[in-house]
Amino acid sequence: MSFDVATLRKDFPTLQREVDGRRLVYLDSAASSQTPQRVLDAMDEYYEHLRANVERGVYRISEVATGRYEDARTRLARFVNAPSSDGVVFTKNVTEAINLVAYSWVRRRLGPGDALVTTAMEHHANFVPWWHAAQDHGFDLRVIPVTPDFELDLAAARELLADGQVRFLAVGHVSNVLGTINPVAELIALAREYNPDVVTLVDGAQAVPHLPVDVAALDCDFYGITAHKMCGPTGIGALVAKPGLLEDMPPFLTGGSMILDVSVDEVTWNHPPHRFEAGTPPIAEAFGVGAACDYLDDIGMDAVRAHERALVGTFVDALREAPGVTVYGPVDPARRSGAISFAVDGVHPHDLGAMLDGYGVCIRVGHHCAKPLMRSLGVNSTARASLYLYNDTDDLAPLLAGIDEARSFFAR
Amino acid sequence: MSMEDLYQEIILDHYRKPHNRAPTLEGEDVHVHHSNPLCGDEMDLRVRVADGNLDAVVFDGEGCSISQASASAMTIAVEGRGLKDALELAEDFRLMMHGDEPQRADDLQDGIAFQGVARFPVRVKCALLGWMALRDAIETYESGASAHSVTYDD
Repeated sequence: MSFDVATLRKDFPTLQREVDGRRLVYLDSAASSQTPQRVLDAMDEYYEHLRANVERGVYRISEVATGRYEDARTRLARFVNAPSSDGVVFTKNVTEAINLVAYSWVRRRLGPGDALVTTAMEHHANFVPWWHAAQDHGFDLRVIPVTPDFELDLAAARELLADGQVRFLAVGHVSNVLGTINPVAELIALAREYNPDVVTLVDGAQAVPHLPVDVAALDCDFYGITAHKMCGPTGIGALVAKPGLLEDMPPFLTGGSMILDVSVDEVTWNHPPHRFEAGTPPIAEAFGVGAACDYLDDIGMDAVRAHERALVGTFVDALREAPGVTVYGPVDPARRSGAISFAVDGVHPHDLGAMLDGYGVCIRVGHHCAKPLMRSLGVNSTARASLYLYNDTDDLAPLLAGIDEARSFFAR
Repeated sequence: MSMEDLYQEIILDHYRKPHNRAPTLEGEDVHVHHSNPLCGDEMDLRVRVADGNLDAVVFDGEGCSISQASASAMTIAVEGRGLKDALELAEDFRLMMHGDEPQRADDLQDGIAFQGVARFPVRVKCALLGWMALRDAIETYESGASAHSVTYDD
C-alpha cells in the first residue's frame, strides 16, 4: 500500500486537536508516541467486558482475560521474531527490563576481574544500572566512545574487548539523541570473538517502533522493549530473553503469582516468564500491546521504516541548511532513525521549546536522559525533533518557522 | 499568553548583557553549584560577605534566557543587603513565582519583570534557580561552610 499519512493521522485522537487554533505538530515520539484508537479500543474492551484478574480466576471472564493477556505475549514475541513467548517477560518499561537483568544476572555473576561494556551513547536506563552494579560488585565498567561522525567507535570497542574479561555487553539499538542505528549484530559478534560466553543485552526502546526488528537474527541474549513509543500504552514493556536463559535466573521482584509453592520454610519459584511477573500485571496495557503490534504490522514495519527514512532525510537536510542550526547525528538517512538533535545559535534549547510551543510544535529539549553523551558532545542540552509514521513533510514548515522566529527574537 | 508575556524586554536585556556574570570572585566566602537535571541548567553562584552584608555576588553557568536573566537581576537586587534581608527578599521573589503579589516590588528592582513567568509553570524553576542558589549560599555561609551543591530532582 502507498503510505498515506493523512489517513493514518485520523487514527490518532490527540493529533486531531488544536493548540491555540493551530494544528498540533507532534515531533516528540522518541519520548512517547501517540496512541491510535484501535489500541484504546482494545484496552476499553478489557475494562468494559473482561474486567477480572488474570492467571488466577476460575470463572469465564478471568479465563478469557488470561488468554488474551497471554495472546499479547505471543503477539509481541512474533512482532520481534522472538523464538518463544516463554522468553517474553512483561515489565513496566525498558528501564525495569534492564534492572531485572542487572539484578538477576549481572549482579549475581560479575565481580572483581570481570568487565561489562556499554557505550557513551546510552540512555541512562542502559547506563545507570550497570554503573550502580559496578560500584557495588567491583567489576570494571568500560564505555565505547562515540566518533565525531556520531557512530560507535568499533576500533575502540575492539580494544575494550580484547583482554577477554568482558562478560556482559549492553548496547542501545538506536540512539534516542542522535538517531544513530548501531551495528549491534556486528558488535555482538565482535564481543563473542573475545569471549564466546559473553552475555548481551540490546536496548530496543528506540528501534522496535521504527525498524523491522528480528531478535533471533541479532542473536542477542536479552532485548528490551517499551510499548509507549510504539503506538502502545504507557506502563508496559518487555524483556525478551533467549530460550533457556531465564531458567537459571532468580527472580527480580518477588510476591504473588511468581511462585509455585510457598511454606514458612521454603519457596519454589514459578517457571519463566511468570517467575519475573510478581503481582497483578498491567492487563489492559497488555491488551493494548497486542493491538499496537497488529496496528503496526497492518501498516508494515518495512513501510514505516521506508517512510521515516525518506522523511528524516528531508528534515535533516532542511535543518542543516537552516541558518544557525547545528545537527548532532548522522547525515545519511540509511544510518539513522528519526530522532534529530540540534542546536540553534544564540537560543537556549529551553527557550526554543517554549517558542515552538507557541506554534503548536512539540519537541523535547534537555539532556534526553543521556548525560554521558551530552558531555562527549560538549553541550548541556539539545533540542530534539523526532519523527514517526504520522509525521510528514508538512510538519517541517512550522518547525523551521519557529526556529527562525526564535533566532530573530533572541537576536533583537 | 503570548511569548511577549514571558520574554519581557527587561528580561531579554539581562539575558543579552548579564550583570555580575563571572567565573571567579576575589575573596569569595561561599560558592554554591545548583543544577536542574530537567533542562540541564547549571548555575555557579559566588558571594563575598563583609560586615554581615552581601559585599559581592557573581554568577556563572549555562541555562535558558529566563534562568540567566533572573540571576543577573537578582545580583543587582541583593548586592549590599544584609544576609537576613536578602533571604527575605528571596522569599518574596519565590512567593511571587507562585502567584502571590510581591510585598517588596521596589526592592526586587528588575526582578519584578519576572512576575509574568508565574503563568508559565514549567519556567518557574528557571526564574528561581539564581534566587534559590542565593538562599543556599547564605545558609551555607551561616552554617560555617564554604561550598555546597544542589541538584533539583523534579
